[in-house]
Amino acid sequence: MSEISAVTRDSRNSKFFKFIPGLNRRQRTLLMIASSVLVLAAVIMASLLLDNEKIATHFDEKNLGPSLEHFFGTDWLGRDMFTRTVKGLSLSIYIGLIASAVSVVIALVLGMSAATMGKTVDRVITWIVDLFLGMPHLVALILIAFTLGGGAKGVIIGVAFTHWTSLTRVIRAEVLQLRSAEFVQISRHMGKSRWWTAFHHILPHLVPQFFVGFVLLFPHAILHEASITFLGFGLSPHKPAIGVILSEAMKYLSTGMWWLAFFPGLSLLIIVRAFDIIGENLRLLIDPHHAHD
Amino acid sequence: MVQASLFKFIIGKSIRIISLLAALCLLSFVLVSHSPVDPVQAYVGADMAKVSPEQRAKIAEHWGLDKSPAERFVLWGKSLLQGDMGTSMIYRAPVTDVIKERFQASLALMGIAWALSGILGFLMGIAAAMLRGSWLDKLIKWYCLTLASTPTFWLGLLLLIIFSVWLGWFPVGMGVPAGVLKENVTLANRINHIILPALTLSIIGVANIALHTRQKLIDVLESDYILFARAKGEAGLKLLWRHGLRNIALPAITLQFASLSELFGGSVLAEQVFSYPGLGQATVQAGLRGDLPLLLGLVLFSAIFVFTGNLIADIIYKLVDPRIKEGNAI
Repeated sequence: MSEISAVTRDSRNSKFFKFIPGLNRRQRTLLMIASSVLVLAAVIMASLLLDNEKIATHFDEKNLGPSLEHFFGTDWLGRDMFTRTVKGLSLSIYIGLIASAVSVVIALVLGMSAATMGKTVDRVITWIVDLFLGMPHLVALILIAFTLGGGAKGVIIGVAFTHWTSLTRVIRAEVLQLRSAEFVQISRHMGKSRWWTAFHHILPHLVPQFFVGFVLLFPHAILHEASITFLGFGLSPHKPAIGVILSEAMKYLSTGMWWLAFFPGLSLLIIVRAFDIIGENLRLLIDPHHAHD
Repeated sequence: MVQASLFKFIIGKSIRIISLLAALCLLSFVLVSHSPVDPVQAYVGADMAKVSPEQRAKIAEHWGLDKSPAERFVLWGKSLLQGDMGTSMIYRAPVTDVIKERFQASLALMGIAWALSGILGFLMGIAAAMLRGSWLDKLIKWYCLTLASTPTFWLGLLLLIIFSVWLGWFPVGMGVPAGVLKENVTLANRINHIILPALTLSIIGVANIALHTRQKLIDVLESDYILFARAKGEAGLKLLWRHGLRNIALPAITLQFASLSELFGGSVLAEQVFSYPGLGQATVQAGLRGDLPLLLGLVLFSAIFVFTGNLIADIIYKLVDPRIKEGNAI
């Protein structure tokens, strides 16, 4: 029964490309990743190409609804919302990149040491992870932003140094499992040192976790960056960030200017989803445990 | 035997939580005292010119800001142990009172959202797993995956636009109507103001629990005992009721308790969007306006809130799940 169900099991995201005949599941997964990457690349390219002049103040074009000339409309200062959104999104992606890179490094170091350096280290590290998970994430971000006096620095450091916990747990569990595997035991018995075994037999197995974890951290980091900015802690109001745009839009809601909030938020949703799709499909590709999902 | 081990378990957990809370006190105090935000400056605000340096020094002395951070931490810790968290600068009231009052509002909001998202998410997960592969399953899965990527505050803004601005069904914000005395606020008023924020949190909250329940039930449905039950001719809701429900209810309840941290974070955002006067809004205000005692108090309180949820989840697992009980006895 399980064999049958493994065959009929619906593949998670690659169903969108079923309309193209002659593609197998692997090709569809690759296509899914490629198209998501394309969306993200397009956003970054567009933000570089779009002129800063468009987000300057134009009082003759203020409060316009969405049109062909201004896809997302304009705000009360006549700034083009499409340009602001695209530039805000690429800023979000950059912050997400920093946060993911920092988190992955911290998680790898802590996860590896927790699982290889003995019981005391393991206890201390799980205790630290629990400490960070004890505070609601947003409260921790507010606290850090406050400590650093707000501004872009506070947001970036806050987002970068609070996302490593869950990945640390995953890596720790993975290393613990690998450590008791036979090939690791044999290597130890043959006289190889702890570090040699860790680098040659455990680390290579962590590479998939590492990459998937890296990509899947983006959604969290980006959403948290937008949230903390929305609350007013982060980037200055002149910077085009999605959080800033939405918190400004809040003041103009009752005037019926729905496009100020609708399109920027939807774009953020699409970007976050794109990272999610890349991460999940990457997992399908490189993680043998999920290869048949 | 079981009770003794449970007792030991709770004691051990409590010691761990206390050690974590103590560390959290120290950590947050160090963080806050290194902030470049000058509390006197934040307190005085725009009236800078009207306040002389002597007066500023007096304010600093009044709050004990002239002492060294270590001294202040000891003082703060001492009074904290006696249940005194200091006085909030922006609300001009004891921090404990502010938190108590705000928590009641937040508790109503979070409680509704918590229960609603738990029940709805559980039902959605069951429906998706029972009708696996159908359009309903696909719809629920798509909905949950999309919702997991949705910014809470944006959803709140959308609901505001649709229900308050366009349809005019609900007020735009605040916990109670503006310009009405506290005594005259009716229950209906309160309900009217809580629906949209609670709805926002619930819509987001179902995603996690629904996906989790779906996966669990799918695993159960693939098991041998279900195969046997099907062979006997059981099917549909009866099969679910007899063999599935108990296996998936416990993980769902535990997950729901363990998700209090996210719920708190979500309520900070929802309260900000709907200007609902709860803990989240107080946290944001304390952070933005440099109210150190209140910020510290709220950080601690939110941590206790999260730890309590996790502890309850652990205890339920220990107490209710017969498999874990057996594992303990061996």
